[in-house]
Amino acid sequence: MSIIAARKESTPTAHVADEPHAEASAGDSAGTAPVATRGQVDITNVRKSFGATEVLKGVSLSVPPGGVAVIVGPSGSGKSTLLRTINHLEKVDGGYITIDGELVGYEVRGNKLHELREKDILKQRTNIGMVFQSFNLFPHLTALENVIEAPIVAQKRSKAEARKRGLELLDRVGLKDRADAYPRQLSGGQQQRVAIARALALDPKILLFDEPTSALDPELVNEVLDVIRELAKSGTTLIVVTHEMGFARDVADTVVFMDQGQIVESGTPQDIFANPREERTRSFFSKVIEPAFNI
Amino acid sequence: MSAIAPPATADTAPPTPDYSEYKLVPARHPWRWVGTVLVAAGVAAIAWSLVTNPRWEWGVVAEWFTAQSVVNGLIETLKLTAISGVLGFVLGFILALMRLSASPLLVSVSWTFSWIFRSTPLLVQLLLWYNLGYLYEKISLGIPFTDVRFFEAQTTTLISQFAAAVLGLTLNQAAYSAEIIRGGILSVDQGQLEAASALGIPAWKRSTRIVLPQAMRAILPNAFNEIIGLVKGTSIVYVLAYSELFYTVQVIYNRTQQVLPLLLVATLWYVVITSVLSVFQYYIERHFSKGALRTLPLTPLQRARKFFTTHVAATPTKDAR
Repeated sequence: MSIIAARKESTPTAHVADEPHAEASAGDSAGTAPVATRGQVDITNVRKSFGATEVLKGVSLSVPPGGVAVIVGPSGSGKSTLLRTINHLEKVDGGYITIDGELVGYEVRGNKLHELREKDILKQRTNIGMVFQSFNLFPHLTALENVIEAPIVAQKRSKAEARKRGLELLDRVGLKDRADAYPRQLSGGQQQRVAIARALALDPKILLFDEPTSALDPELVNEVLDVIRELAKSGTTLIVVTHEMGFARDVADTVVFMDQGQIVESGTPQDIFANPREERTRSFFSKVIEPAFNI
Repeated sequence: MSAIAPPATADTAPPTPDYSEYKLVPARHPWRWVGTVLVAAGVAAIAWSLVTNPRWEWGVVAEWFTAQSVVNGLIETLKLTAISGVLGFVLGFILALMRLSASPLLVSVSWTFSWIFRSTPLLVQLLLWYNLGYLYEKISLGIPFTDVRFFEAQTTTLISQFAAAVLGLTLNQAAYSAEIIRGGILSVDQGQLEAASALGIPAWKRSTRIVLPQAMRAILPNAFNEIIGLVKGTSIVYVLAYSELFYTVQVIYNRTQQVLPLLLVATLWYVVITSVLSVFQYYIERHFSKGALRTLPLTPLQRARKFFTTHVAATPTKDAR
């Protein structure tokens, strides 16, 4: 499939974050990745409860700039909740998250972490793109309008500039000719590709994918995964929650296995898939891997 | 095709005859025609009686339909509808947002407002506002619990018939439209708000650019119901002796004793207003349905144009042959 047009200028090296961890990681990112210098994510001891159920029981995870972390695990294990705490869509009850050393959703005042005002949180979110399981495209806007909405409204870019960039992004996900279509006129796979273009429009350091292919018909899954694969090489940090084990094995630098609100183990795909140390990991993969691998 | 039939079976099953020259005749529906004729006869009978029965007094209707006093009344009706419609929906929008907010106080105040105004008759509300002077002699603006007053006036001079009518209609309208708007907002998927906040779009823009345009599809049919109801609902302010359309024709027929023709004058004007509003409704709903339907249906105008270009344009060429 010739979905991906030539990779554009999107190498993030232009904005250098003054980041101590940066060089620790760059070598990990797959293939011919440009050296990424921004998008270091550090999750430290994050806890979260919904009512009496504790869904995150002290989770810590580091993803280096340009890294690709794929989170897998049974449903209800807290993967999606963890992902949603990274852009403060979900408030944490304990612990903290930093992106390039900057706290997400909070600021230090004295010896307390005060939650930021809405305005500042929204500003932080423009650094973090998110792609949802159910796409959540705005149905009353065309594909292009969906992509340029946030750059115009949240970043106050000019309409002409946003349109130009929006068309480039739609081209990058192979949908330039569908720019004026409304989401309902597109297939599920096309909608998700528009959603990815929309997330890229803010030039984020980090992209979060919440089960991006779970709502798709099987034959449409690959067109979306191909786009994500291409992004993985571009130097943007990706954190992906998915059930696509084949994809995880191909693309991830780090596979994280979560169960019951905890990270059971994490490591390279080879480590996790071939010789998992924990019994829980082994039993989970024994249930899911076979159907996923006979591609 | 008959040519394909194997010759061996020719004795038992005769070859299928060739029907290719036969004409296709659609099934007939005689009862549909009977029904159509009956209904047409009924409609014709009603129309005939409307035209020929002199007691409808169409001459009188025509005479008063555009009389200056009636037109003045009509303008008052339109004014009341427009002002209380707009104010009612603005207040309703605020009440709906309050009701959906996270503050228990805002929620309960909004709920109580709707509860009170939906459970008291509009007639009572209007009379209450008009007689507010009986309950509170003066209305003043100042700092509560002190003697500081910036402004003070007699209630009776402040609340005219017009003010009482607008107050009553607006507050009543707000209570109903709050529920309609709230229902529309609730009908928009939660994921839309989530996606918008994940994109860093500020709260106000999230409401106005993402949620409301989608909510409008659910809001509009009910909102137009309300506005059309309000057009005729304004007739209730006749109890305040406010000279809108209905009160005006009442005054006239009390003088001339031509009760039915004058009620007909008012009715016809209400029909005209409702028809105009219905046309607006069609086009506004169509505007907000973009993206919700895969392809928008043609407007009546476009359909008519298509009909004329395909049929009327085609006829002369047929005749020419």
